[in-house]
Amino acid sequence: MDGILLGLEVALQPSNILICLLGVTLGTAVGVLPGIGPTATVALLLPITFSFDPVASLIMLAGIYYGAQYGGSTTAILLNLPGESSAVVTALDGHQMAKQGRAGPALATAALGSFFAGTVATVLVALFAPPLASAALKFGPADYFSIVVLGLLASIALASGSAVKALAMIVLGLLLGTIGQDGFTGVPRFTFGVREMYGGLDFVSLAVGLFGLAEIIRNLEHRINPSLVTKKVEGLWLTKEDFRRIRMPVLRGTTMGSLLGVLPGGGHVLASFTSYSLEKRISKNPEQFGRGAIEGVAAPESANNAAAQTSFIPLLTLGLPAHPVMALLVGAFIIQGIQPGPDVIETEPELFWGLIASFWIGNLLLVMLNLPLIGLWVRMLSVPYSVLFPAIIAFASIGCYSLGLNSWDVFAVAAAGLLGYFLIRWGCEAAPLLLGFVLGPLLEENLRRAMIISRGDPSVFVTRPISATLLALALIIVVAALLPSVRQKREVVFSGEDD
Amino acid sequence: MSTSPAAPGDHAGRLGGERSGPSLPDLMAGATFVAFGLAFAIGGSQYDVGTALRMGSGYVPIALGGLLTFLGLVIVVASFRGVDPTVANADRGPIPWQRMGLLVGAIMFFGFTVGGLGLGPSLLVTTFLAALAGHGTRPGRAAVIAIGLTALCLGVFVFALQLRLPILGDWLGG
Repeated sequence: MDGILLGLEVALQPSNILICLLGVTLGTAVGVLPGIGPTATVALLLPITFSFDPVASLIMLAGIYYGAQYGGSTTAILLNLPGESSAVVTALDGHQMAKQGRAGPALATAALGSFFAGTVATVLVALFAPPLASAALKFGPADYFSIVVLGLLASIALASGSAVKALAMIVLGLLLGTIGQDGFTGVPRFTFGVREMYGGLDFVSLAVGLFGLAEIIRNLEHRINPSLVTKKVEGLWLTKEDFRRIRMPVLRGTTMGSLLGVLPGGGHVLASFTSYSLEKRISKNPEQFGRGAIEGVAAPESANNAAAQTSFIPLLTLGLPAHPVMALLVGAFIIQGIQPGPDVIETEPELFWGLIASFWIGNLLLVMLNLPLIGLWVRMLSVPYSVLFPAIIAFASIGCYSLGLNSWDVFAVAAAGLLGYFLIRWGCEAAPLLLGFVLGPLLEENLRRAMIISRGDPSVFVTRPISATLLALALIIVVAALLPSVRQKREVVFSGEDD
Repeated sequence: MSTSPAAPGDHAGRLGGERSGPSLPDLMAGATFVAFGLAFAIGGSQYDVGTALRMGSGYVPIALGGLLTFLGLVIVVASFRGVDPTVANADRGPIPWQRMGLLVGAIMFFGFTVGGLGLGPSLLVTTFLAALAGHGTRPGRAAVIAIGLTALCLGVFVFALQLRLPILGDWLGG
């Protein structure tokens, strides 16, 4: 309780409210642009946040993330162009509603559902993160190694497409993470004698390349003419009947999202897909789904937002990012001189609780801002792509250069973009690569430490109970992901993405 | 890897446009992984490998490089058995080589010249090259886009965010 009060005290400082507002607005403005998902939005806006102090910069980042999520739903509903896989389901019924002239209620449902889910999930984070963090303090290097392995392998199970390719992408990410000075011996690895490479590949460059540049090249394969269904959104308010219909889906979506969001790898994607199929299964009129059922917007949007919130739990308690945006946040923490992990609650209570309180304030600001400002966002949607993508290129270049005034960070954007474009074209997802890249150094460091402590005996990973349990879980996940029956179900779950 | 029968319409993804032969996307993905795996494993062997007790700088790269090479080979072998459905069903146009080249060139130009030319001139060329990559964007329109975006970026980054980047660089005496 003291923690939450401390958090509110931090988050309610006028400057921090302003920062949060700025983050939410910028996040929505960029996130609403077609073809830019939340990950690309956060990566592109990351450099802007570094000019603030740690608490303010992380509050702003969290705001950008929510704003980007909300903006992504708006694009999905109005343009049928989901920026990221978690918004794919929203587009199914949301865009149909928009076509039927009910864009207003669809957007309002998304906003209200998200707000409710965000509120509940914030409370969950505040309740569960501290005890989890104190449990995590007992972890030794072997346990840490195993939990990173678990996290990485779980992300395969949740990735769409081939499991072997997802695994290969993780390993490639781990390898790219070894570039730069070896933390143990100080030996520069794979730097080709270039001093600027000693710090390793910059993760912002990698993320901007993989999720920004690669996506632009992909979009340029075709001439795209997104058809805006409506130039004006009217009649935002929901009817009593609408409220009655969305009540239970929002509750169920929130529950599902809160639980699945903690999973590493893409719990938020899974959350929106499962909550949608659950609603469809238990609905009395399943034939309405896909034709503009308001439940089909309410449930996945709530699930998505609840998951976005609870995915902070592994980040704040273990320092483990659950998905690419969280991986970007790890980088942001490190740039601010804070190692995310179980100590953060003890050593930086203002930051921890301030961040949690600002989650809720951010969600509140989103509802208050976005519904009245919807006209502005719709106008942003009509920015032609031929102007938009050069702007992204310019922002990405300046942003990555400004972080360290290092030209190699700019070259890395081009390289990562090319690599990402081709690998994605060949059926490999980019998210596992980024997760591997961020977790690689953590994995290697704990592996080497554990082996020194155990005097070179690898059995330490299966004799320590925590580590053994985690590795057993990881094994179950991999076996399950490769089993034919589960594989088929996975394909069914993800087949919606092709629609 | 899926061994399900090839979906209709995936012939574009096959070598020589025939129904038989390896699935090109899978083959290329596998080959890329093998290339990276070998490069890291061979590169890693130049560093101290160490022992399991005291791992040297080369230990983890060699182990992971080997693993990636193995996974790449698995994907290559599987590419002869069927097409990954997520690739086969994707609606993809031809690779836009020219547009891709313009974008990569724009970014590389920025990296090479931002220190010397300064933010203003470097950005102007970068946005111009990038804008040319658009469908149906002629040089005149690209120039307009470039001037507008350069002004916007200078306003946002230099004046609003106070980034300490010189607008004109050393090469121009700025």
